[in-house]
Amino acid sequence: MTRPRSHTIHHVTQNGGLYKRPFNEAFEETPMLVAVLTYVGYGVLTLFGYLRDFLRHLRIEKCHRATEREEQKDFVSLYQDFENFYTRNLYMRIRDNWNRPICSVPGARVDIMERQSHDYNWSFKYTGNIIKGVINMGSYNYLGFARNTGACQEAAARVLEQYGVGVCSTRQEIGNLDKHEELEKLVASFLGVEAAMTYGMGFATNSMNIPALVGKGCLILSDELNHASLVLGARLSGATIRIFKHNNMQSLEKLLKDAIVYGQPRTRRPWKKILILVEGIYSMEGSIVRLPEVIALKKKYKAYLYLDEAHSIGALGPTGRGVVDYFGLDPEDVDVMMGTFTKSFGASGGYIGGKKELIDYLRTHSHSAVYATSLSPPVVEQIVTSMKCIMGQDGTTLGKECIQQLAENTRYFRRRLKEMGFIIYGNEDSPVVPLMLYMPAKIGAFGREMLKRNIGVVVVGFPATPIIESRARFCLSAAHTREILDTALKEIDEVGDLLQLKYSRHRLVPLLDRPFDETTYEETED
Amino acid sequence: MATAAEQWVLVEMVQALYEAPAYHLILEGILILWIIRLLFSKTYKLQERSDLTVKEKEELIEEWQPEPLVPPVPKDHPALNYNIVSGPPSHSIVVNGKKCVNFASFNFLGLLDNPRVKAAALASLKKYGVGTCGPRGFYGTFDVHLDLEDRLARFMKTEEAIIYSYGFATIASAIPAYSKRGDIVFADRAACFAIQKGLQASRSDIKLFKHNDMADLERLLKEQEIEDQKNPRKARVTRRFIVAEGLYVNTGAICPLPELVKLKYKYKARIFLEESLSFGVLGEHGRGVTEHFGINIDDIDLISANMENSLASIGGFCCGRSFVIDHQRLSGQGYCFSASLPPLLAAAAIEALNIMEENPGLFAVLKEKCKRIHKALQGISGLKVVGESFSPALHLQLEESTGSREKDIKLLQEIVNQCMSRSIALTQARYLEKEEKCLPPPRNTHTAISQIISQTPNSKCFVFQR
Repeated sequence: MTRPRSHTIHHVTQNGGLYKRPFNEAFEETPMLVAVLTYVGYGVLTLFGYLRDFLRHLRIEKCHRATEREEQKDFVSLYQDFENFYTRNLYMRIRDNWNRPICSVPGARVDIMERQSHDYNWSFKYTGNIIKGVINMGSYNYLGFARNTGACQEAAARVLEQYGVGVCSTRQEIGNLDKHEELEKLVASFLGVEAAMTYGMGFATNSMNIPALVGKGCLILSDELNHASLVLGARLSGATIRIFKHNNMQSLEKLLKDAIVYGQPRTRRPWKKILILVEGIYSMEGSIVRLPEVIALKKKYKAYLYLDEAHSIGALGPTGRGVVDYFGLDPEDVDVMMGTFTKSFGASGGYIGGKKELIDYLRTHSHSAVYATSLSPPVVEQIVTSMKCIMGQDGTTLGKECIQQLAENTRYFRRRLKEMGFIIYGNEDSPVVPLMLYMPAKIGAFGREMLKRNIGVVVVGFPATPIIESRARFCLSAAHTREILDTALKEIDEVGDLLQLKYSRHRLVPLLDRPFDETTYEETED
Repeated sequence: MATAAEQWVLVEMVQALYEAPAYHLILEGILILWIIRLLFSKTYKLQERSDLTVKEKEELIEEWQPEPLVPPVPKDHPALNYNIVSGPPSHSIVVNGKKCVNFASFNFLGLLDNPRVKAAALASLKKYGVGTCGPRGFYGTFDVHLDLEDRLARFMKTEEAIIYSYGFATIASAIPAYSKRGDIVFADRAACFAIQKGLQASRSDIKLFKHNDMADLERLLKEQEIEDQKNPRKARVTRRFIVAEGLYVNTGAICPLPELVKLKYKYKARIFLEESLSFGVLGEHGRGVTEHFGINIDDIDLISANMENSLASIGGFCCGRSFVIDHQRLSGQGYCFSASLPPLLAAAAIEALNIMEENPGLFAVLKEKCKRIHKALQGISGLKVVGESFSPALHLQLEESTGSREKDIKLLQEIVNQCMSRSIALTQARYLEKEEKCLPPPRNTHTAISQIISQTPNSKCFVFQR
């Protein structure tokens, strides 16, 4: 009856011919009543928090937290009281939704160890029961390579027998195995770049290589919602950092113009280099970077582009080569292509790909190559086998099937959730699906209710998200079959009605259940 | 009737005007004039906005040329071409096609190719696959991780332990979790690069003291005390930390822990100890430098070590009291925002711990071998040995430098190549020249492995012709 309020749906179809396919991204506005109630909820919790702190201070309530040693009581206290207010009074209440220990492969179904708390989450006891067969909607297993059987596992086992587990040395000293060289060549050919280099940890790849690329006198333009590793790397480099609004190309262009025209603050000297830091898929929003526009801007203003494809490599694109492939662009346009092997390849570690000069420089100057241990051999073999599978080089079509399955699952899951009336953020093609909860009490309730129904989900609140925008985040996987998704959707529907989560004002007209067809990737497949 | 009311109000106003004191009226008059002036004067402009036209801006954008993304690397840069190791990097290693005895890996206890460790890792691989597909908070916590943390805490006799998936990230995430802007950290000059990065990320005040010089540290602490007395309110909220390593990677020296603990209680600073080299090496049972000196482990606030040396796995851990360690579960960046350690590596570490607990005799054997090698290396002309006699990682440094760092590096590389041709694998210790705070002189690293080395035919190899 009331007209829907103005919402923000970007429907950039042919922005000067940059986009070859429609780019559907939506971030529906928070309904006013919900926002008010959320603030009220936090207000009530804060009041109670103060009350409980007061009672603890008066020793009426038992303090469960660990305390400082007697001998060190006169030292300056290690933590500021206020810093931990949120942890003590809000996080503790719903702590059982995180750090759930599992004891099986993190595939489509997982076994969770049951734990109980008799003192309101201050401590946990394991009952010894194992909740079997929980549907796993939380692990980053986009292409389903988290398996303990199959070609990848057998190859990794062979390499383990031959090489052992550890390396005990750095890349530049004596830790550079022939396996590492093989992996780097493969990664370079997978991405379509001249050379690549691999590192033992994805987080460290960013925090140790950005300082090697830029330093004082350079400018970093970083997206608002960049990951902690990018922010840490930017800070450690010593360069000036400016933030542009999330995925907003006008904001980025304005910053670029101002930077070149006005130069460094105060001295007015020109900047040595400008580096733009963006991610392929933003894991908290589910949005995909507007890469064609970013590349156009980068070329116009002669800046350099650092693309972090932690979530998008393997998960987007008709051949799984990530966001560059998804938009049908040339990998040579991206100066530094970074990614991790944790999500789509079922292993661990990170890589950087680019021109040969870049990789030569990183081989000599990267902090990780000089001071940190190289990748473990069985992990390397897992990456090699899974990458070959995705590329189709192992002689099967398994890789292609997984990519198609993931795309199909993504479209289906998102459409069904929107039809049910939930507010879902992000791009239509992104396998990361955030479902808005808003109110603090619903965070805990959602997590627990879903576990009761045998579905494991991830809920996130402050400080990973803005304070009123807490959400549940589903990570889809090629290992999820249609039945699993339907079961999950049915339960989400039930819980949504129970907790009144269906906030969306625009109901999608339910499409007749049309099977997935090849037209999704028609335009960019040759 | 309305007009009558209005008129009456007007009369009242005029009356008030007559009755008001003079200065009041004058003041109000001035204010009104001022407001009128402000309303009609020009707006205040900042200088820059008025300068450039759109055309000028476009010209500036056209003209600007950035530096290349990376400077070119000369083809003969010493670190450009890595040695390629084919096969397992264990005791007998094949480097660039040549079979050598491995004196370059940090494989102190020889657990790298231990069959039990491999079997445990294999069993874990068959159960869990390779990767964990998530950070610890989101279904990335496996029972193996909880097991390993429990075992480490029990082994080190502390309350709690926390594991990281990368050795470098362990201390680099631990320090900024506690020390923030405004806090003071006293660190050793020869601290390793990971500690330096942790200190940089914390944005605290760093005060470096001379390597292993307790007098210098005390001087700095006294100076700080005097500062505190000038401003006691600030001193009450400024935390102080001392960061030291058990066995320094850069010099092979051991830190004087008893003196450090005395200073801790005297000046009320907390100690963070980095035990990457000394864990699994020093002490009767391999518990590190606290056991070596017989100090109560609760006196050290945080012990951090990586599992990549003695435990021959990947990753790192921190241990200490729950009061300290639990904080890292929400504020350790490398813990919260990164995927957890692959379970097969955690299982390998648990098995390595088992072996360490079952054979406490290993550490005495290692110590003895270290002493023997240290003695055997003493007499070489032109090279001096840097490091304690019981340190498993030693540096061979040129006694007299040739004057330029590049020539030194070339000479040392020659020595390494000669050793390789005689089937001994050494390596040059690598540093990032522009990044280190206090750059160590060029040297070669030489490490001892327990059990596996035979009687020291190596002493023969060190006859060089200069």
